[in-house]
Amino acid sequence: MAIELKMPALSPTMEEGTLAKWLKAEGDAIEPGDIIAEIETDKATMEFEAIDEGVLTKILVAEGAENVAVGTVIAQIEGEGEGEDSGSGAEAPAPPPAASPAPAPAAEAPAAVVAVNDPAIPAGTSFTSTQVRDALRDAMAEEMRADRRVFVMGEEVAEYQGAYKVTQGLLEEFGPKRVIDTPITEYGFAGIGAGAAMGGLKPIVEFMTFNFAMQAIDHIVNSAAKTNYMSGGQMRCPIVFRGPNGAASRVGAQHSQNYGPWYASVPGLIVIAPYDSADAKGLMKAAIRSEDPVVFLENELVYGRSYDVPDLDDHVLPIGKARVVKEGKDATIVTYSIGVGMALEAAETLAAEGIDVEIIDLRTLRPLDKQAVLDSLAKTNRLVIAEEGWPTCSIASEIVAICMEEGFDHLDAPVLRVCNEDVPLPYAANLEKLALIDPPRIVEAVKRVCYV
Amino acid sequence: MAKKPAARKAPAKSRAASKVSETGSSIEDPDFILHSLQEEFEAAKSFVANDEQMLEFYRQMLLIRRFEEKAGQLYGLGLIGGFCHLYIGQEAVAIGLQSALDNDRDSVITGYRDHGHMLAYGIDPKVIMAELTGREAGISGGKGGSMHMFSTEHKFYGGHGIVGAQVALGGGLALAHQYNEDGGLCLAYFGDGAANQGQVYETFNMAALWKLPIVFVVEDNQYAMGTASSRSSAETRFHRRGTAFRIPGMEVDGMNVLEVRAAAEVAFKHVREGNGPVLMELNTYRYRGHSMSDPAKYRTRDEVQEQRDNHDPIERMKSVLIEAGHDEADLKAIDKGIRKIVTEAADFSENSPEPQPAELYTDILVEKY
Repeated sequence: MAIELKMPALSPTMEEGTLAKWLKAEGDAIEPGDIIAEIETDKATMEFEAIDEGVLTKILVAEGAENVAVGTVIAQIEGEGEGEDSGSGAEAPAPPPAASPAPAPAAEAPAAVVAVNDPAIPAGTSFTSTQVRDALRDAMAEEMRADRRVFVMGEEVAEYQGAYKVTQGLLEEFGPKRVIDTPITEYGFAGIGAGAAMGGLKPIVEFMTFNFAMQAIDHIVNSAAKTNYMSGGQMRCPIVFRGPNGAASRVGAQHSQNYGPWYASVPGLIVIAPYDSADAKGLMKAAIRSEDPVVFLENELVYGRSYDVPDLDDHVLPIGKARVVKEGKDATIVTYSIGVGMALEAAETLAAEGIDVEIIDLRTLRPLDKQAVLDSLAKTNRLVIAEEGWPTCSIASEIVAICMEEGFDHLDAPVLRVCNEDVPLPYAANLEKLALIDPPRIVEAVKRVCYV
Repeated sequence: MAKKPAARKAPAKSRAASKVSETGSSIEDPDFILHSLQEEFEAAKSFVANDEQMLEFYRQMLLIRRFEEKAGQLYGLGLIGGFCHLYIGQEAVAIGLQSALDNDRDSVITGYRDHGHMLAYGIDPKVIMAELTGREAGISGGKGGSMHMFSTEHKFYGGHGIVGAQVALGGGLALAHQYNEDGGLCLAYFGDGAANQGQVYETFNMAALWKLPIVFVVEDNQYAMGTASSRSSAETRFHRRGTAFRIPGMEVDGMNVLEVRAAAEVAFKHVREGNGPVLMELNTYRYRGHSMSDPAKYRTRDEVQEQRDNHDPIERMKSVLIEAGHDEADLKAIDKGIRKIVTEAADFSENSPEPQPAELYTDILVEKY
């Protein structure tokens, strides 16, 4: 019997990868523990190790093949002494990679409806499709080139090239003085980062995820955010705390939380949560340049998605300005981060049913662009907030309050929150799916506010 | 040295570490670095100060003493609110250490018991007292209060209210010195209570790993609020707590300004030469309560009186000055001058207006968005 070797999932969020290199050829004997191939994921290049003994009889996916879905059969091994019988194996070849169904594809971002209204992008600008993680890296690299006070510190940011590859290549360009690997010691290095900012540097502190930043939240809130005020404006703390935030995929309750509402409640902090590559780049550059402490919330599930980034020498976006992602007249969806993709998907469904929604991407959670929300509400008179996070004391709650206090006369229906279920995020695939927001729930809420 | 409430400290001479170095060189003794600074300090324990320096130490310590006594009075009158932690008894620590700094490049950071460290810089007592009373003229515009005072002009970075936070922040200031190659060091103070915070050790690890120019100073005033250090700490000889990170420790009598200064010279030189951090334990004693609302049920009056009678840093300095030929009258005149300065500071702080209501909304963010 032939043993099928399948494209392995090498990280919780991996859906496909590149078969970077075959280290064994057809006909080679394979021992358990042999490295058969190198597989490149969106996070790292991993070695694929044999667990069976036999002879590599067939390579089914060529070296260099990209976007090979997890689970695709990439090779066959014949067990020892089974060669005679294995003729039948050849009759049932594994399907070619192209035909293999990708397992559980994540919600692919629909093509962005470009309604970019940022003043910084002149008409006629060309765009380059860029992964969000690379846009973030480019932003950091550009600012590091421009200002020697800027440096990066965090766990695995240097030699490992970033746990999520966001700092890939920075060590090579800027050296270990400016790309600093820290021990696993969030409270300590967040404090050292804040102190370095007070001492005149401009640190970018990466948290491997914001879940771990809870160990460091004292320095973010008490040291970074409040010192300027307490010192009567003497003590600045120009620092960027950044990293992935929100639910990833099947990593359970302790690794899946949206801290946007937590940090957005703190005066003295700037809180940014971009969605696409252009915003990630433009807002990261603005965050690094700011003289204020910034919490920059990224999303692991979005890192690998590609979106257009304008080909500008210096693409910097304004902090505190929301963006109209899509214009519409019947209802408004206010959202941010990964919610933007879901809102766009919901908008397509709704359009098919004759409902034309406007989508507002908040981009900055503090200071919140209230006016953008109120302007859209005045236009559509109906509003839904889509937030990948808990409903209680959320950004969604805040938007509801703003609509009540300042937009009451424009409301034709109650404002609805579409948030995650109010439970710790479960591990089981079905329960996780039940707990998280998705486009159908947004569609349903929009229909309710439209009374259809 | 301040006598500890419990007789727990062996005399420094009997330590095994000293014996090793008597017989062996640093090559034979892998732990040489951990005790060599203490030995260097003990070889010349008292700073040889000239007359002018001695008078300045005396004057500065007395200024802190009289300032804090006045602050205590103003608190009693309701002019100072909230938390107010007095430095009385600990004056020799700030003066002995900070007199050895290079103020053009070195930085200082401390916790909430920060009045003395600011006065040691020569910062105008008026603006400090006005901060305590929450007035517009205060050094933080009245928005910080006793625990949150800063002077970036003097490279004094606070004044932090969260116990132990200043240690990690100090590590960051040291990182900035190293990054900018400015030759400066950071002096980071914390108490025996803060010494049990986890982030202190996270910082020790990184400071030693990266050879940051930082001097960690444990001001061991024997009590973390009302808990005696022997009741809160498994290892009360705090200078040993850097050993796990290969940080050399020094144990110093924090009630003797000349010894503190001598120790500072040894520690600062080591750090400035690029050898990484030093951990100094300054044994001292706080005469007053932890804060103004401390009932002091955890120690006896006799214990406090014994410290005042036999170990007072200012009285000690006074004896040295008298031995050196100064007469009582001259020293009284100094005291009188300082009382005047403090009275003026108090008057200033009472008469300065409260901050304008509009100040409520300033300094939250630096930029406009």
